Amino acid sequence: MTPVLDVHDVTVAYHRKPVLWDVDFTLDEPCLAGIIGPNGSGKSTLLKAVLGLVPLASGRVTAFGEPVARVRKRIGYVPQRNSVDWDFPVHVADVVLMGTYGRLGWFQRPGRAERQWAAECLERVGLTHLADRQIGQLSGGQQQRTFLARALAQRSDLYFMDEPMAGVDAATERVIFTVLKELRDAGRTVVVVHHDLRTVEDYFDRVVLLNTRLVASGPTATTFTAENLQRTYGGRLAILEKAGQAIREQRGPGR
Amino acid sequence: MIDLGLAGWTIVVAAVGNVACALLGCYLVLRRLSLLGDAISHAVLPGIALAYLATGQLNGPAIVLGAMALGLVTTLLTEAVHRIGDVPEDSSMGVVFTGLFAVGVLLISQIANRVDLDPGCVLYGQIEIVPLDTVPVLGVEVPRALLTLVPVLLATVAFVLLLWKELKLAAFDPELATAMGIPAALLHYLLMAWVAGVTVASFEAVGAILVVAMLIVPAATAHLLTDRLGWMLVVAAVVAVLASVIGYRAAAYLNTSVAGMMAVAAGGLFGLAVFFAPRHGVLSRVWRTWRLALRIAGEDVLGELYRRGEAVEQKAAEEAGLTLAEARRRAGGWIGILAVWDLRRQGLVEERGGRLYPTPAGLKRGRFLVRSHRLWESLLERHSALPLDHLHDPAERIEHFIDPELQDELEALLEQAETDPHGKRIPDR
Amino acid sequence: MIAYNTLVVLAGVGLLGAAAGLVGTFATLRRRALVGDALAHAALPGLCVAFLLIGERWLPGLLLGALVSGLVGVGVIAFLRRFTRIKEDAAIGIVLSVFFGLGIVLVTWIQKTSTTGSKAGLDSYILGKTAGIVLADVQLIGLVAAAILALVLLFYKEAKLLVFDPDFARVQGWPVGWLDFLLMGLLAVVVVIGLPAVGVVLMAALLILPGSTARFWSDRFGVILTLATLFGAATGLVGASLSAATDTLPAGPIIVLVGTALFVASALFAPRRGVVARWLDDRRFRRELREGAVP
Repeated sequence: MTPVLDVHDVTVAYHRKPVLWDVDFTLDEPCLAGIIGPNGSGKSTLLKAVLGLVPLASGRVTAFGEPVARVRKRIGYVPQRNSVDWDFPVHVADVVLMGTYGRLGWFQRPGRAERQWAAECLERVGLTHLADRQIGQLSGGQQQRTFLARALAQRSDLYFMDEPMAGVDAATERVIFTVLKELRDAGRTVVVVHHDLRTVEDYFDRVVLLNTRLVASGPTATTFTAENLQRTYGGRLAILEKAGQAIREQRGPGR
Repeated sequence: MIDLGLAGWTIVVAAVGNVACALLGCYLVLRRLSLLGDAISHAVLPGIALAYLATGQLNGPAIVLGAMALGLVTTLLTEAVHRIGDVPEDSSMGVVFTGLFAVGVLLISQIANRVDLDPGCVLYGQIEIVPLDTVPVLGVEVPRALLTLVPVLLATVAFVLLLWKELKLAAFDPELATAMGIPAALLHYLLMAWVAGVTVASFEAVGAILVVAMLIVPAATAHLLTDRLGWMLVVAAVVAVLASVIGYRAAAYLNTSVAGMMAVAAGGLFGLAVFFAPRHGVLSRVWRTWRLALRIAGEDVLGELYRRGEAVEQKAAEEAGLTLAEARRRAGGWIGILAVWDLRRQGLVEERGGRLYPTPAGLKRGRFLVRSHRLWESLLERHSALPLDHLHDPAERIEHFIDPELQDELEALLEQAETDPHGKRIPDR
Repeated sequence: MIAYNTLVVLAGVGLLGAAAGLVGTFATLRRRALVGDALAHAALPGLCVAFLLIGERWLPGLLLGALVSGLVGVGVIAFLRRFTRIKEDAAIGIVLSVFFGLGIVLVTWIQKTSTTGSKAGLDSYILGKTAGIVLADVQLIGLVAAAILALVLLFYKEAKLLVFDPDFARVQGWPVGWLDFLLMGLLAVVVVIGLPAVGVVLMAALLILPGSTARFWSDRFGVILTLATLFGAATGLVGASLSAATDTLPAGPIIVLVGTALFVASALFAPRRGVVARWLDDRRFRRELREGAVP
């Protein structure tokens, strides 16, 4: 069976210095996967690299056996909250409707069917009463739910979410997790960059532990161990820093 | 007796103004405020028009001071529109300065109707006329414009020198500056006001619009040529002077606008820097990338030669070489030919009977590389979850950047490992 | 009874204002407003070169030259941003001033050396001069502006997505690079057709003002765009009328000041979002607070 997601030897560099070193893991079947790691470990970068939003210095990513670019219709995305200008003059309903654009052709306008579907997605995250609100007037949790509704509107098989539960209230967190579980139960895969260690075991079937390099990946039960956590959170591997610096300065064996 | 002639004096007047602009421009470029400088140089126009209506002249200290006030007003208005009107920063700047400029142009055209003055000169100066209006200074006939420009330049230099540390810190890290008690906001407004003053002083030479060129282009050129602020200021000043000289000569030769030509000359110097600057120039970087590729290709060949040597017995030494074709394939494409030539030149390989063999020096280098490779593989195996067959490629890439110092650290970290994850022996140094 | 000619000029400039307001608002939302300014300044040398090649003042040819040189300018900005350590603001400033300087050099040279040059009115492109526009030219401007409006309507949803969340657009599979290129292209065309009316120096205002003004009246995307289009058209119409009435004043400043006046009036007096309205609202809220009406 083709794996849902295969990340092979992915390195991402910023100004020649690697921020992600040769990350490699596979998700064989639909699941709820958490990408865990300390701040600055490259979690968001990994997500963006998989989606093709930042260039890869090496490696490749396939989803459902094909390059990501070819299966875009099957991929959904919930970005970090701060990635968007919240002063932008759009309303909640507008934003969710944008999720349907992926299945519309060029110049095609969203019609009644799309609006209906967007309304249902909005309902599912409990924001129907805020449909006409400009997005800057929402709370953090409401903004997050708007993004989630937009992703649901995409009708994808594979979702990527960047810290969807960061800085949200408990109610929103429950709503989000319920939706994620429903997605997984319906046969979809959700890959989530997650920041809160306490909830990992409750939420995720599989974990990917990252600290600029892949520390471990696999089923939560066997991978989310104290030893692996120690290695993930026990500080940066200094040698990687130095090697990265050497690459940036283009040093070498010397004379 | 100093007699520079008309051409000479014109160049001097232009150069003095341009250098003052270039010095301030360094701070604008570094603080990413280039366009605010553009805005201010447009927005001072109404002030100039009003001052002209009041005093009947286009130069003099009153105008400069009035312009500084207007420069402050522009900055404040931009902030106000941004804050109160909720308009994004660059749009509010656009709204304010085009509005003020429009007012200025209207006023100037009013003046133009009464006096025989071309409103265009407001935009691109009238430097051709400037050296004709002279005053005696210490017995020498000096253009009147210098009486304003030279003090402005000296004051600007004094400004930069006196506030050297503060301006530098505020340019690179305004929050730290404020935390250290340096009022970054105050410095910001002061800088903007000064820009307005210098703009207006230069205005007569190059006009409102081309002052922007002199604020930004020499500073940007300097930014490509040096990494230190002090040198940046010096280089920017030199570029400004060069642009003045070249611009004037070219304009005289082609019989066209002096101010325009100075901007073009500055642009030409900038273009040269873009391509040929030693560290940041485009061509320099292309050259460096290419040299790196060559080095990597050569090192790949040396690594391969070492591995061949490992794999065979002493007496089968003939097998330990590579054919030229194999070497080229290993190095990757046409660069292989150059790489082999380069290795031969460095005395790292020699050719015997159609095959390549490493010299002792080459063998040493190859061994070093393979050692780096295997140490890195061990590191990956120990500290990451990569499967065995995924270790080779990353090591292949990084081995070229590991210097002796880094290699020692690797070894220390791995506690004197003997073999790599595939079981091969890690060579000694 | 307004003369037919005057009607055509007004219609043309009105359409121009509308197109500039619409495209300009997209550009502003995409934070590219000042690239429009650079485009306008960079168009000047192309205008002159086209004149030298054609030999006479034939607007379509001149505008084509302006478009080419404007796009070259934008290309240079992109090059500097991608391949050097020069930041975007400095790149815009450099292109703006150097290209404009080159333009001034060419204009002056043409005026001084050629016999037809001095009356070519090339310098009228610096500050604009609607009074001098020939009927055929206005028709061209109006047609191009109408085409731009139609294109924006066609690409409405793609443009909306691009401007709001380009990363999400990319994930959905939209060719963000090409869409950006298209937007820049439309911006360039709008800027170029605006040159005869408003001139190089002030074109940026026509791009920024209508959208910024519209923001005071609504926070809905579609409404803002519609209002920006209308405000742009009004600015063009009123400005052109005023400028035609006073033959001696250049058109650019007048049109810009009409737009600025509209902006200031909206900023102050728009209901709910205007300064006055918010101040009154604030006062009322505080009064209610004092009187205990708000728990």
